[in-house]
This record gives sequence, C-alpha cells and structure tokens, in this order.
Amino acid sequence: MIKTKLEEIKNKALKRIEESSDLEALNEVRVALLGKKGELTAVLKGMKELSAEERPKVGAMVNELRSDLEKRLNHAKDVIDYKVMEERLKDEVIDVTLPAKRPAMGHRHPNQIALEDMQNIFIGMGYEVVEGPEIERDYYNFEALNIPADHPAKDEQDTFYINGEFLLRTQTSGVQVHEMEKGKLPIRMISPGRVFRSDEVDATHSPSFHQVEGLLIYEDVSFSDLKGTLAEFARELFGEETKVKFRPHHFPFTEPSAEMDVSCFKCHGKGCRFCKGEGWIEILGCGMVHPHVLEMSGIDPLKYKGFAFGVGLERIALLKYEIDDMRLLYENDVRFLNQF
Amino acid sequence: MNTSLKWIRSYVPELECTDREYMDAMTMTGTKVEGFKRLDRNLEKIVVGQIKSIERHPDADKLVVCQVDTGSETIQIVTGAPNVKEGQKVPVVLAGGRVAGGHDGGPLPEDGIEIKDGKLRGVESHGMMCSIEELGSGRDVFPDAPEEGIYVFKDSVNVGDDAVEVLGLHDTVFEYEITSNRVDCYSVLGIAREAAATFGKPFIAPEVPETGVNESEKTADNISIEIEDKDLCTRYVGRVVKDIKFGESPDWMKERLRSAGIRPINNVVDITNYVMLEYGQPMHAFDLSTIAGNKIVVRRAKDGDKFTTLDGQERNLDHDVLMICDGEKEIGIAGIMGGENSMITENVHDMLFEAATFNGANIRKSAKRIGLRTDASGIFEKGLDPHNALDAMNRACALIEELGCGRVLNGAVDVHGELPEKKHIAFEPERINKYLGTDIPAETMLDYFKRLEVEYDEGTKELIIPTFRQDLVGFADSSEEVARFFGYDKIPVTLPSSSAGLGKLGFKRMVEQVARNISEFSGFSQAMVYSFESPKVFDMLRLPEDAPERQAIKISNPLGEDFSIMRTLPLNGMLTSLSTNYNRRNKDVKLYELGNIYIPKSLPLEELPDERMQFTLGFYGEGDFFTLKGVVEEYLFKVGMRERTKYDASCSRPYFHPGRQADIIYDGKKIGYLGEIHPATAKSYDMEGVRVYIAVLDMPYIVEFSTFDRKYEGIARYPAISRDISMVVPKAVEAGKIDEMILQRGGKLLESFRLFDIYEGDQIRDGFKSLAYSVTFRDKTKTLSDEDVNAVMKKILNGLEGLGIELRS
Repeated sequence: MIKTKLEEIKNKALKRIEESSDLEALNEVRVALLGKKGELTAVLKGMKELSAEERPKVGAMVNELRSDLEKRLNHAKDVIDYKVMEERLKDEVIDVTLPAKRPAMGHRHPNQIALEDMQNIFIGMGYEVVEGPEIERDYYNFEALNIPADHPAKDEQDTFYINGEFLLRTQTSGVQVHEMEKGKLPIRMISPGRVFRSDEVDATHSPSFHQVEGLLIYEDVSFSDLKGTLAEFARELFGEETKVKFRPHHFPFTEPSAEMDVSCFKCHGKGCRFCKGEGWIEILGCGMVHPHVLEMSGIDPLKYKGFAFGVGLERIALLKYEIDDMRLLYENDVRFLNQF
Repeated sequence: MNTSLKWIRSYVPELECTDREYMDAMTMTGTKVEGFKRLDRNLEKIVVGQIKSIERHPDADKLVVCQVDTGSETIQIVTGAPNVKEGQKVPVVLAGGRVAGGHDGGPLPEDGIEIKDGKLRGVESHGMMCSIEELGSGRDVFPDAPEEGIYVFKDSVNVGDDAVEVLGLHDTVFEYEITSNRVDCYSVLGIAREAAATFGKPFIAPEVPETGVNESEKTADNISIEIEDKDLCTRYVGRVVKDIKFGESPDWMKERLRSAGIRPINNVVDITNYVMLEYGQPMHAFDLSTIAGNKIVVRRAKDGDKFTTLDGQERNLDHDVLMICDGEKEIGIAGIMGGENSMITENVHDMLFEAATFNGANIRKSAKRIGLRTDASGIFEKGLDPHNALDAMNRACALIEELGCGRVLNGAVDVHGELPEKKHIAFEPERINKYLGTDIPAETMLDYFKRLEVEYDEGTKELIIPTFRQDLVGFADSSEEVARFFGYDKIPVTLPSSSAGLGKLGFKRMVEQVARNISEFSGFSQAMVYSFESPKVFDMLRLPEDAPERQAIKISNPLGEDFSIMRTLPLNGMLTSLSTNYNRRNKDVKLYELGNIYIPKSLPLEELPDERMQFTLGFYGEGDFFTLKGVVEEYLFKVGMRERTKYDASCSRPYFHPGRQADIIYDGKKIGYLGEIHPATAKSYDMEGVRVYIAVLDMPYIVEFSTFDRKYEGIARYPAISRDISMVVPKAVEAGKIDEMILQRGGKLLESFRLFDIYEGDQIRDGFKSLAYSVTFRDKTKTLSDEDVNAVMKKILNGLEGLGIELRS
C-alpha cells in the first residue's frame, strides 16, 4: 500500500521535475515533496501508525526515495543553472574593438632608456656603477688625466670655470681617478653622468650632456681585451649582427687610444643617408689607461694595466631613436616624451 | 688640414692607391681623413682652345659668335661672356662633355652640367668656353681669373691640351683631422711621412741646396738678434734677403697653394705660405729698412702698450704678450701678426726673413686675449719643434734662389737656448705584445719604427726618437706605434681573463630607479633640464634678497646670464618645462625630474659643494595637491619608508600658495616640500591663472631612510571590528592632529583608520568642519570582543574631546 503510494509520489515528482523550466518552479517541486508540508514528509509523519516491523522497512524506502529525488532535483537545478548562464553569456557579448582604457602612465626620457640599456650590459659583465662630482677640481678633470696646465683642451673656450680651482667637469673621466685613488684593486666600473662644455645650443650641441665612463684595471689586461669587451657591448646594444671598427686616435689619458665605429644599424654597412654613406658610425673613444695616469693615481703601471672608454649618451640616444635635434632632449615637450 | 694627393706623391713617388684606399689606409693608421674632394669632378672633355674670330650675333646684342680652334678642329661657339678677344687661349668644353657648375659660382650640382650641341637665338653653338666657376673653382684661388667672363690662359699653353691638366686640377684634396699630439702632421711633409709609412713606400724629403754660399755679404753684418724672454721663445732664426724682385710664382707652387685653399699673391708671399704648409713652420718677413738699430729683440710687451698690426688694427698689449722689437720699437706680435710699421710693401728692397718657435700656450693665450687668432698663431700654439725652424728657413731661402726673387745673404743668425735632444725609449717587444694582446715579431716592430724614421740602437736596445715626434715619450707610445702599423683591426678580440666581480647598480641608483618607476606608474614623464640657470630665477620664485637659495655658485665664463649660476633649487627647470608644454597647448601635463642642485659650503667656493639629487614632480591640469601628496607617499612606501610622514604647513615658501604648501617631515627630518605654485610665480612663467603643483624630495635623505628589506607579518586570521567616528572640529585643527591622536590612543589593537567624509557648509556652524573616520581594530591572537573595542574607543574619543572636538553620536 505504502509502496504504491511511494511509487505514485515518485512518478508524479519525476514528471513535475521534468516540467520545471526555471529555478522557481523547481523550488516549488522541492517544497511540495520535501518541505515541511511536503508529500514525502507527510508519509514520514504517517509512519507512527505503522507496526514496529514495518516501520524500518518503510523508513528505508522513504529515505531511498528522498535521496533519489534530491539527486534528481539537484541535477535539474544544475541543468537550469547552466541554461541560465548560457543565456547570460549570450547577452553579455561586447564589441572588443571598442577603445581600450589604458592606465595613464608616464614615459621615460630617451636618454634614460639608452643609459639603462648600457648599464644593464655592463652590469651583466660585472661592472659596478659609480658616481663622481659634477663640480670638480681642476686636478681631477685635467691634470690627473695627463692634461697638463697648458693643454689646449683646458682652454676656457671649452670649459666652464667657477674659479681657478673648480670647474664644471668636461668629461666623466675624472671618476676614473677617484676610483683609482681609493686603492681598491682590481677595478671594473662604469660611471654615467652629466658633463658640461661651453658650446652654444643648436641641433647637435648642448652645453650640458651626459657621458658613460668605463674603467677596468687588472694585473693582466690587454688592448685585445678592450676590443673584445666593446665589441660585445656594441652587439648587445645595437644587435647581434653589429660589426665594430677600431681606429687610432688620441686622448691624453689613454695610450694606445682608439675610436670605435659600429656598422650602421640602418643599412648594415652598405652606406645610407643615416651614416652619411660611410656604412660606419662613430660611437665612442677608448684606450689603454696611460701608465702615467696610473702612476699619478698611485697604481704601479708595471704591475697593473687597464683600459678605459667613454660613450656620449646623447649620441647613442639620438642614433638609436633617430632623433634629429638635440634640443628636443631638454625641452621636455610631452608630445616628444610620449613617444618613448 | 687639407693637402693634395699630388703634393703628397711628390715626396712618396711610389705611392699608388685610389682616393678611397688612401682615405681608408691613412685613417686606419691614425691620420684620420674626414673626406676628400676630386678637383676634376664632373670636368669632362675640356681642352685648351684658341679664339680665331669673333662676330656679332645677328639677333642678339649681348651674344657673340666665336670660331674656336680646339686643336683637332675649329668649332663655332656662341657666348655672352664680356671678355672674349681674338687670339685668347681659353678652356673649352666640347659637346658631350661636362662642367662642374654654373657661371654664377653657386653650389655645384651633384652631377655637374652636361654640355650639348645647341642653338642660341638661332645660331648653332658646339660646346662652351668656361669661366673658373664653371670649372668648379673660384677667384679666391685663381685671382687672375676675371670677375665675370671666360678664364683666359697664359699664351704659353698649347692649343688642344687637356685644360684641366693645365689648371692642375687632376688632383684630389684630402681633409684630415689631426690629433693635438701630432704637431708634425700639421704639415704636408708630416702627412707624407705617415703616408709613406702606411703604404710601406720610401719617403723622399725635398732636396734643399745650401744658399747664399757665394755671397760675401753676411746676414750677421746686417742684423743682430737677442732673445730676452727665453722661456717664451725657444729659437729665432733670421736671414736677410736683398734686392727683392717681386714676380709671379711658378705654376707648380700656385697649384699646391690652391689645393690648400691659399690664394697665390706673389713669389715672396707665396714662398712664406708654401713653407708654412710644407714644413708646418710659419714664417714672417720684415722690411729690413724699417728695422732700427740693425737689431731684433724678442721680449714681453709692457702693460698698456698699443700696437698696430699689419691689418691696420690697433691692438692692446700686456706683459704676457711676446713681441718682436727692433732697436727702438715693437715691430710684430710674436707668432701672431707682424706690425704695420715693418710690413713688406711693393717698394721693399731688402727683407729680414724670420723662422722662430715660441711657447705654444703663451701664443694661444695671447691670441685669445688680444682677440686675434691667425693661421700662424693656430700652428704656433701647438708648440713647434725648434729644429724644424732652421730647416724651414733653409727651404725658404732655397726657394728664393730657385725662383730668383732675391739675393740670399750668407749664413743665418740663429739664436736659441738648449735645443731638444732625441729621446731614447727602451724597446720592449714582449711587453708590447702582452700589452696589445698580440704576437708580433720584434723585427716587424723594428720595421714599423724604421718607416717612422725612428732609429734603433742595438747595443742599448733603445729606440731613438726624431725630434719632430714630440709625442713619443715612453713605453705606451711605442706600443701605440706598433699597434697602428700592425693594424688595430688585426689585433685579436678577447675578453678579460680575470674572473669578473659582481656587477651592481648601487643602492642610491636603485632608490632613484624606484622614483622613476613610481612617477611613471602615476602618469609622470621624465624631464631633463640644465644645471645652470639665470639669477633672475630667484626673482621669479619670489625669494627675498636674503634667501639662502640666492647663495649660488657662479660660472666665471658662462654662455650668457641665462646659464650663469648653478641651481640651488630645482623649481625653475620644472616650471620652465611645464610652461613650454602649457604654451604649446598640451593638456594635463605631468613631469618628473631627477637632477642635482649645488649648495656651496662657502662662497667663493673653497671646497666641493654639496651636490644634492632632487626628485621633483610637477603638473598642471587634472589633479590637485593631494594627487601629488599621494605619489609622494606611494614612493616613500615603496622605498621602505613606512613610518608616518608628517606635513608642516607653516613653512611659508614664497613660490608656493601661502595656504597650500607643506614641508614633508620624516622621522623629524625635512625630506622635501610640496605645494601649489604661487599665482605670481605661475604668471612669471607664462602660466597665468594655471594651478601648478610641485613636490620636491631631497634624495640624500631618502637614500638614508630607504630600505629594501621586507618582513612578512602574516595575514590576520581573526576578524576585525570597525567603528565610525563622526565629529565637528574647529577649522584650525588639522586632520593630521586627529590622525596622531587616533594613532597614539589606538594602541596595539588599532589596525587602520580612514577619513571617509569631510564637510564644511550649511549644516555646520561657522569656523567648524565635520569629519568622519572609520577606525578598524583587530587582535592578531584572538577574536575581538565588543568590550575590548569599547575600551580603546573610549580612550580615542576622550583624546579627541581634549582637542576641542565635538563628537556626534
């Protein structure tokens, strides 16, 4: 009897579950069956009228049916949930080609980007980044670098003087001397910084610009090591296929001295307007540290040798980013800066 | 320095190379060629022609019709040149040929101008007679060319010959960048020596015969020379030439002068210029009859002396200017320019030739002080080899005799102190190889030195350096000579063998790097500005006369007042950059800058100033004071400065809005300041009515306080309890005071607090404002009870009431 009743409840329930098309309808089914006043609950309530032997049997049957129905109800809910979600997703289609909302980030100065590129290369090669003063003593800017009192480079036309002893450094090379004087050997350093020359402002000149100085001092280092180091640097900075050319030159504080050209990164050496048809672009000066310079800084030139180099930062930035007027670097027009 | 290849070849006859090969090879051995110019570029099919007849053009008044014999034929040429005459020999470009430029002497077209058969006003014309400008040159070096019209040859040239050859234009002129150490290469001979060494060909110096040997009259009978200031004049060679006969120089000399851009004038002047180019030794000639007392004295001028140079200008002298004087007066400024009172004129009969060497630095400084930099002073200032002076004098006198322009007297008067001796440098082939990273045999090295006229003493194993190579002094110099001629390109490419140290950026630069990152994340772009500025900046920033910021380091030789002082605060650069943007109508501009200010410890400067890196943020447009304050605080947090930052509004900086500025205080130190720019200052920077905000952080303090150490403190597991406090506060009480009270009273349980509402207006009585805070409490060890929170809240509220604050429910 009870069994038939349960069978009846089940069949009716299955039909209603099947007919429920939304969560609300499904919930009504659940309440009608399993709620406090639900049909199945009523069956359970009526069990006290049964005999002691029948009660566990019927109880088991009811529970079985209850758990079966619960499973079915849950499944039906999942199905409806999924359907609802599908429909929502359909409604939520967006036009992905609408404009992006970009965070309003600032931009780094091209000089700084070029500097960081260079710094990273040399840090990777084990160089430490150090600094020196921009207002410098005459001795460190000139004399200690083998530029004696009457050298034409000291001519007032090139150098900004504060007074007889102090000046605005014309090169970062003085930092070499400061580092050597510390007496901590070996040395592997680069020193980026601001330098000053008495040049009127125009498209290719600025009275204030930046250099990156490099110095390596070991017991055993040669001109071939200088070539290798700077060739590596050029490839890292301008690309793997970059070739380098070293030409003899003269700097008072290095001997032998050289200028390094890199193959034009626009035409790869064929010659174009960018490299003025040469196929090569001059980018830095370098050489073996002059023994007299070592000596003046208290380093025994018979025991230690070194090489040094100096790169014009603006020159690299102008070349790399194809900026045709140096004045743009110091105007700080955001229409310029935003391009980096 | 410019030289013609033809001239170089006259000393290196075996030199065979193309222009390009010469340029590359010379550059790679250290004589950098900046460029070259073929003098016969675009000059094709140009011959010497002779004008046989001239007839008027039937239809044009300004044109004539010439029959011109070109050697192989007679052609008809129509010309408008005003100077043609029958019988003249002239350069003729044949049809199908090419000339370098137009007759107006304007810029030369890339491919020249092709000449074709044609008709001028109906009359056939086959070719063209050329002006010097059409041949790519000019009257500056061909002074004999007419101002307008066809160039006319001397009658001695042959009709039908290559006219370009006759003009000496089959040549290439090279332009060099000579480095300051190679004084010897400021001469054709010096460069020829390098060329010979570079190409491994023999160098043949010009033959200089002895002069004046048959003369009974001696120079010494006519003149005596005395050097008073031996430190400034190392050698003075004088020689007298009598019976001067002015005339034209031979073509070969004129061609060479022209190739160096020097205009031929007359034989005597040309010889002086020629020897200056060839030997790198400037010379001077005095009219002997003007020299009083038959005497030359080389001495310093007296302060306040005035002297008229041969260009007719009066010059002011001082004690450091070296003068050439006679027995009575000054007759020339040593190494710079001769005097009007002793100059050679066309009436000169006898002259004194001078070849001297002076202290280069003194010449350079004198020329600058006097304001007269000449070709001669430009060479003297490099410091010349005294040995070369006598050689140059001998060469000049030989040319005088060769050209027959005077009677060179017997012997020179040669006064000098101790002349420099040949230096000796130890020859250390192994050390050189180690230094260069090469494996060059010693014999090869010695061969390089031999080419450079450096001798080798096998006994002492020393290199003996010729005196003209003043730059070769020690081991490193000898290794450079080897490297140059072995070839920098052949030196191997290696990396330093010693183990690398640790590369690092350094703490200061890391702290700066965070500043850049935070700025850019917050929308600020990086600016770069000059370190020097105008003293007017202080007025624009409204700094009082006695403001310490006005104590700035002055540049003694600035580019102008606008670049004359080293900045003591970074505001001007930022304001100028913002102003540039504003006036170019860029909207909402945010910039930051990292750069030093320079604070003198004393003035005038006696020790290095304090160079303080400043991190400056500035903007106009969207945002306000608190936008900037937020960037500052975010930065401080990111560099590990996590103590509470205080803001002191009582700083009254004159460039800021009096009620919108604060000093930034961290751990009791003033680490920076921020504020809205005073409207008067904004106006000075052409930003009238614009609200501009600037914050400055003094990086030495930031670096001191920064740390990149971080400790994880765990994530709270127990719930927090929040309470809101609503209060009515007298306006004068800063929110900062309330913050401090909450912090002070909140104790361990206080997790955070936040001002979430601020109101001033109708519902609040005058002089008060309404503030609402949300305060959050949490215990890391247990769930908080209401009683715990109530106790703390009570303390906070009591404290607030003590500040005169009225609490609302």
